[in-house]
Amino acid sequence: MGVESRLVKLPSELKGVTHLVIPGGESTAISLLLHSSDLLEPVAEFAAGGGALFGTCAGMIILASEIIDGRFDQVALGAIDITVRRNGFGRQVNSFEADLVVHGVSGGPMTVAFIRAPVVTRVGPDVSVLASVRYEFPDGGTREAPAVCRSKNVLVSSFHPEVTGDDRLHKLFLESF
Amino acid sequence: MTEETASAVTKATARVKRGLAEMLRGGVIMDVVTADQAKIAEDAGAVAVMALERVPADIRRDGGVARMSDPALIEEIQAAVSIPVMAKARIGHFVEAQILEALQVDYIDESEVLTPADEAYHIDKWRFSVPFVCGATNLGEALRRISEGAALIRSKGEAGTGNVVEAVRHLRSIVGDIKKITQADSAELHGWAKELRAPYELVAEIAEAGKLPVPLFCAGGIATPADAALVMQLGAEACFVGSGIFKSGDPAKRGRAIVEATTHYQDATILAKVSRNLGVPMVGIEMDKVDVHLAERGW
Repeated sequence: MGVESRLVKLPSELKGVTHLVIPGGESTAISLLLHSSDLLEPVAEFAAGGGALFGTCAGMIILASEIIDGRFDQVALGAIDITVRRNGFGRQVNSFEADLVVHGVSGGPMTVAFIRAPVVTRVGPDVSVLASVRYEFPDGGTREAPAVCRSKNVLVSSFHPEVTGDDRLHKLFLESF
Repeated sequence: MTEETASAVTKATARVKRGLAEMLRGGVIMDVVTADQAKIAEDAGAVAVMALERVPADIRRDGGVARMSDPALIEEIQAAVSIPVMAKARIGHFVEAQILEALQVDYIDESEVLTPADEAYHIDKWRFSVPFVCGATNLGEALRRISEGAALIRSKGEAGTGNVVEAVRHLRSIVGDIKKITQADSAELHGWAKELRAPYELVAEIAEAGKLPVPLFCAGGIATPADAALVMQLGAEACFVGSGIFKSGDPAKRGRAIVEATTHYQDATILAKVSRNLGVPMVGIEMDKVDVHLAERGW
């Protein structure tokens, strides 16, 4: 994408970073590793200092202000004022691809993958919703759920843009902040 | 503001199946036989658990036919943790796989650790919505499984031995042949397909990408943080740890240490730190003392 990037696993590797992506994975494992790698405070300070953050799936859970169905001890950095429900779309058999129109992303809908994805259940007043997905939930109800949200310095998506290879949301992240 | 979307939702695509494996990369999947063990695994930072009735070391000790776990046990484990739950079906036993799909396990392991149900055919994994992981001892075996629909490959190693030597052999074989294929010219690719008894299209895909079309994890014999880091440095993208954790003296501590070692697999200072005072490891077996070679099951 024409920008320098590096993997951040230790506090020293965060120095000089302007844009930080917290990727997918298991939010409980990421949460634990944030503690054990002494990254929790540096990342929280990065967020509080207005650093640009992009969280996808588990990354969105870590950045959220409130987590439903999480572990009691898991990290919610509160970098963006949203509430998320872990695995809100159901188990892996309910994982899916969808074509989404994302506000601010031109060139047609993005095809993206939701994998055991979190559902955004509440959006704070300073958060805008850039895309939503209509979905028939395991309880039988069809509802629309926010799939991409942004605040002043944070972008989050409940899906994984990289799984389907579309880099437009990453471009939006770099251009927006 | 909300953009109106007319989103068409498609489930169980190859990308969605492989996508979950992508999300487990860099992590540890732990074998568990009870809900309590599953919680210990989640507490230790496992990215998923494999629910089974007996860990491979016990299957090896007890003998007899090893089958799919009791659905009640799998459900208990699903209820106990929030991370993905995998379960094993016998090689070729597509009805066990149908049952596991009905239980909504997150991944099915068509596993040589259980007694094979079919000596000719593996399960046609394309027919399922739940993704499959399969073991492989070499690249040909890996590609045949992918061609049958596997969304994740794990090198087999020799389960239940606490001895990492076979895992290293299988991983080196797979990764080594991938490297050679990336150097091959187009005529040689056909030779590779023939030699590996694998579809030419998959061989050509490897030549182009320099890696398998699905993630490559490692299993079978990992017992220490150093073992986990070893297989990661050799090219595995994540580790399955079976008997190595819950057959050791302090599973919670060892599990946690193996998780940290898998994350920081290139940092010897951290590896030294997490390897300290872990208590008794599982007792290993040397390969010439192994009477049943599980890795030879499957073809």
